[in-house]
Amino acid sequence: MSAHPVAAPVDGAFEPVILGFTCNWCSYRAADLAGTARIKYPPNVRLVRLMCSGRLDPSFILSAFAQGADAVLVSGCWPGECHYQVQNLKALKRFQLLRRVVTGLGIEPTRLQLVWASAAEGQRLANEIGRITEEVRALGPLGWGGAAAAGPPVGAGAEPPGVASAAPPAVRDLTEVPA
Amino acid sequence: MSTQPAGRNEKVGVYICHCGSNIAGTVDVEGVRDWAAENLAGHGVVIARDNKFMCSSTGQELIEKDIAELGLSRVVVAACSPHMHEKTFRGACERAGLNPYLCELVSIREQVSWVHTDKAAATAKAKAVIAGGVFRVEEHAPLEPIRVPINPATLVVGGGIAGITAALELADAGFPVHVVEREPSIGGHMAMFDKTFPTLDCAACILTPKMNEVGMHPNVTLHTWSEVTDLSGYVGSFTATIRHKARYIKADLCTGCGICQEKCPVKVVDQVYEAGIGYRKSAYMPFPQAVPKVPVIDGPNCTYFSKGTCKACEKFCPTGAIDFTQQDDEVKVEVGNVVLATGFELFDSRRIEQYGYGRLPNVFTSLEFERMSNAAGPTNGRIVLRDGVTEPKSVGIIHCVGSRDRNYNAYCSAICCLQSLKFAHLIGEHTDATVHNFYIDVRTPGKAFDEFYQRVLEEGTIFVRGRPAEVTDALRLPDEADQEGRLIVQVEDSLAGMQRRIPVDMVILSAGLEPPHDAKETAHRFGISCSSDGWVIERHPKLDPVATMTDGVFAAGCALGPRDIPSSVANGAAAAARILGRIQQKVMSLEPVRASVDESRCSGCRICNDLCPYNAILFHEDQMVSEVNAALCQGCGTCVAACPAGAMSGTGFSDAQVMAQIEGLLSVTATGEQRLPHRLLEGVPA
Amino acid sequence: MSANIATKPRLAMYWAASCGGCDIAVLNLHEKILDVAAAVEIVFWPAVMDAKYRDVEAMPDGFIDVCLFSGGIRSSENEELAHLLRRKSKVLIAFGSCANEGCIPGLANLSTVPEIFAASYGDGNSTVNPGGVLPVPRWAAPEGELHIPVFAPVLRTLDQVVPIDYSVPGCPPESPRIAEALTALLAGLTGTGPLPPNGSVVGGGISTVCDECARTRNVKKIDRFVRIQEVPALDPTLCLLEQGIPCNGPATRDGCGALCPAAGAQCIGCYGAADGVVDYGARLMSAFASVVEADEPEEIDLILDGIPDPVGQMYRFSLARSLLRASRAALEADGARLPAEPDAASPEPALAGARGRWRR
Repeated sequence: MSAHPVAAPVDGAFEPVILGFTCNWCSYRAADLAGTARIKYPPNVRLVRLMCSGRLDPSFILSAFAQGADAVLVSGCWPGECHYQVQNLKALKRFQLLRRVVTGLGIEPTRLQLVWASAAEGQRLANEIGRITEEVRALGPLGWGGAAAAGPPVGAGAEPPGVASAAPPAVRDLTEVPA
Repeated sequence: MSTQPAGRNEKVGVYICHCGSNIAGTVDVEGVRDWAAENLAGHGVVIARDNKFMCSSTGQELIEKDIAELGLSRVVVAACSPHMHEKTFRGACERAGLNPYLCELVSIREQVSWVHTDKAAATAKAKAVIAGGVFRVEEHAPLEPIRVPINPATLVVGGGIAGITAALELADAGFPVHVVEREPSIGGHMAMFDKTFPTLDCAACILTPKMNEVGMHPNVTLHTWSEVTDLSGYVGSFTATIRHKARYIKADLCTGCGICQEKCPVKVVDQVYEAGIGYRKSAYMPFPQAVPKVPVIDGPNCTYFSKGTCKACEKFCPTGAIDFTQQDDEVKVEVGNVVLATGFELFDSRRIEQYGYGRLPNVFTSLEFERMSNAAGPTNGRIVLRDGVTEPKSVGIIHCVGSRDRNYNAYCSAICCLQSLKFAHLIGEHTDATVHNFYIDVRTPGKAFDEFYQRVLEEGTIFVRGRPAEVTDALRLPDEADQEGRLIVQVEDSLAGMQRRIPVDMVILSAGLEPPHDAKETAHRFGISCSSDGWVIERHPKLDPVATMTDGVFAAGCALGPRDIPSSVANGAAAAARILGRIQQKVMSLEPVRASVDESRCSGCRICNDLCPYNAILFHEDQMVSEVNAALCQGCGTCVAACPAGAMSGTGFSDAQVMAQIEGLLSVTATGEQRLPHRLLEGVPA
Repeated sequence: MSANIATKPRLAMYWAASCGGCDIAVLNLHEKILDVAAAVEIVFWPAVMDAKYRDVEAMPDGFIDVCLFSGGIRSSENEELAHLLRRKSKVLIAFGSCANEGCIPGLANLSTVPEIFAASYGDGNSTVNPGGVLPVPRWAAPEGELHIPVFAPVLRTLDQVVPIDYSVPGCPPESPRIAEALTALLAGLTGTGPLPPNGSVVGGGISTVCDECARTRNVKKIDRFVRIQEVPALDPTLCLLEQGIPCNGPATRDGCGALCPAAGAQCIGCYGAADGVVDYGARLMSAFASVVEADEPEEIDLILDGIPDPVGQMYRFSLARSLLRASRAALEADGARLPAEPDAASPEPALAGARGRWRR
């Protein structure tokens, strides 16, 4: 019952690591429903369960980027259906402001996405996860803070695609002339 | 590799479930177990085990034994979804003497093994998920559930058959019930019907005894011609504000003799009970069997109120019960639980202009037909055209009006097929008319439903499979010249494979059911959620169909979605049973996920004050600090995330816990290696 | 912390990548400066008295009792002195916003070094540099080889380079707070009073500026953000945020006395994050966004357009200390640098290897 074609992993290819924030009543249950229905989607998203998308603190998202996430997905109940009435709207507002800030720091807007999903929409959530995974794969790793923060590269010797400049230099003597 | 926060010395046990082959078929459970024992030792993991079925008693005993023998202070179980077995594993911990909130269940089934095919990737993700759980559980603190007392009184909102059922169950069990109904009488839509399908019981005959029971029950306080304007509080201790609209009649003096109604000179079209095809007076009881048997005076249509004259009702009232000075009044009642049985409204068929309702006189809605067919209705049970005299020789009944239609409502309204069959049968009983039913499918799932369908077929009803394109009085084809004054139903007969134009005298629209027009306000007022359609959302569509996500507020009947009378009755009884269980226990435990304010850090900026839909955040002007009422707080955490001073914290989902989980989830790469410690957080003070 | 103070406590004050305002703030103690001068021996204060680095190098380790270190770490010189002063000081204090969180110099983290050099040495309005001369770390002068400090790819806070003992927040720290902080520290060091717990913030409160602000506050519903000069007549008694001015007071540590709101200007956040908060901008963002009075994405955007520079608004003082620290381009150039190792020879640092731990 796979809706999203899951590409077979290519050795050495970049596999995005995406953090997803879900709410206990809608989007987390949608993920559970996708599981119960055995809907297949790429393994690149790791989910954090919050009681409500309104619990979403921009610090969580910034911390995720800082610690190596290539993208962040925010998901909650549809506006009008929040289990706590209107709290998902606060998440929406914070998301919109946060997006302006992270794009101002040079993170592509594709790396921070908001998807509403009700508890019945397991298939849809799976589709969205598949779509976002491919979009982020095309962008390449975010690698915030350089290679040292990103962990060992995937696949022997393979250069992760999408790194903006040449391979970062080894530990530099501060007396070197900057480029 | 990252280590435990300074000063922490937790002993964490990690338990990984195979779930038969559900998890083990995709995730290398033993490998992950060994990985956890080795790589998460720096985060307190002292033991990692696996088991075929962690939720079994054997599995749970593993945990209990380790708590006892190894002195575990934290437990992480990697298995199915927390929605399945969080309680199970918390229970195991509690039995072994460990606070149940020091246990974290992470899903590697619904979220990993069941949805990913690449075993290496799934195993890597399982490691990340477990790392997330271990890092998080280190930040857990022991918590106690919040215990609240349960007031044995209940509020039932809506006096239709669902509300009546719930009220009687509770009242018969010996507990007080407040029934609030916005119309002058209870009874709801069922009181309007003629016969009920498939047994063709007379609706009033089976309903009115129940209505009388409610009216006379010593444990029931009936508030009719009333609305709930506010509900505050929380499960076990709600305060409902009920506004009694002015009847202009003193209920304690009224004997229900009906003279005021008789003498009242003002006649208006009754849009509610008579569905707009009959009249009532300005001083009126909606129907003779009304409960309570107290009329209301319709202020906007009363001669006294508009001109200052008449007062016929007052002159003739034998007990002096008329009181034109009466005002609305308000009462507050304390209840422990609420049942929302607010029912439905009919889809407005005028929206489908091509069916001509409201424009072509002989197009009727289902409710209009019910009143017409009813022997006590405005036509005394005669099926006649809008002129009130002519019997139709041919009737067309259109199914699915406004239902199963992306342009209006996509859902099926559940009752219209049986209702349409019922109408076909009743028309046959009352007249010699030919009946055509225009259907998409005939849905007859209930007991004796399909047999009823067969009966109606045998009675000679003609079924045309097609959704009519149009009901028109415009004659187009040459052979329609003699159909002047009749209606033509234009439809594609999909089984015959051809367009047809079928002349009829009367068309009945089986209009769909919709939530009441103020459903969303009601949801907001009662602190529950409704879907984008407006139906109340149940806690679980299969396993908990009468509870809402809000503790203490239940729902029954069509408020939840279209359903027939037996289902509504079952819902009402189920809601009552749930409440009776609560009342028996006298005390209820709530999950201790709550926000709180550290007053020393709160600056009184008031950014949080308006963020709570439950009004749980108070502001103390004298001290210029905010405070969270833990009993009202539902634990969403929105205020915790908003506080700019970092003065608010949330138990169960604290910043420390969520941040730790994020760190853990990201500590493993896509291929299962541990990442180098993230250097950007270094140097940040603890 | 044993106070091995034989004579008058020895005070040092240094300025790394800074404006000098912190030094002036200390001097602003006015007549109290004489008390300070009487109570301590000032052994090194380049802003105020002549000194050479080799004098500091010649001191025994731990010779300086209290070192007030202001300014961020932007150059190799700053970094060298951070390490040097850490070794030579018993108590090292990150003094002022630059040392604590980067402050205004930290905003340069939004640009790469080539961009900064182009602005400073190339395109500037008052720059005349037809030869395109750029600073180089080594220059062969006739007298010998000159070594010029190297400009690092990003600015770091003091505690991102060496462990510190206390923080004094503010841009600059308010003089009365400085007096209180110094008095408390000196009392602790001379054994006449308790020393504040190591690692704590001194000279600031544990709440936010709103706590000190006299303006009236109501339930927040913000339907617009405007620049302060766009409001014809500001109500001097009402919360600025409620008047549409994006005031950072709610997220900023108290201690300054809410001077700016009292003077009719919005708080811009110079006292840094509230106690225990790690990312200032995240808290401010969350607060502002949560009270925006709109529910549709387009309407929300319209209101947010009233903050034309969100990065600047949220991180004016705290960018270098925030979770993301700098722009992506600047960090990618910085990517190969590993954090400096804590000095083995320095006194037991309270925050050595401290990891980000979230208090709540």
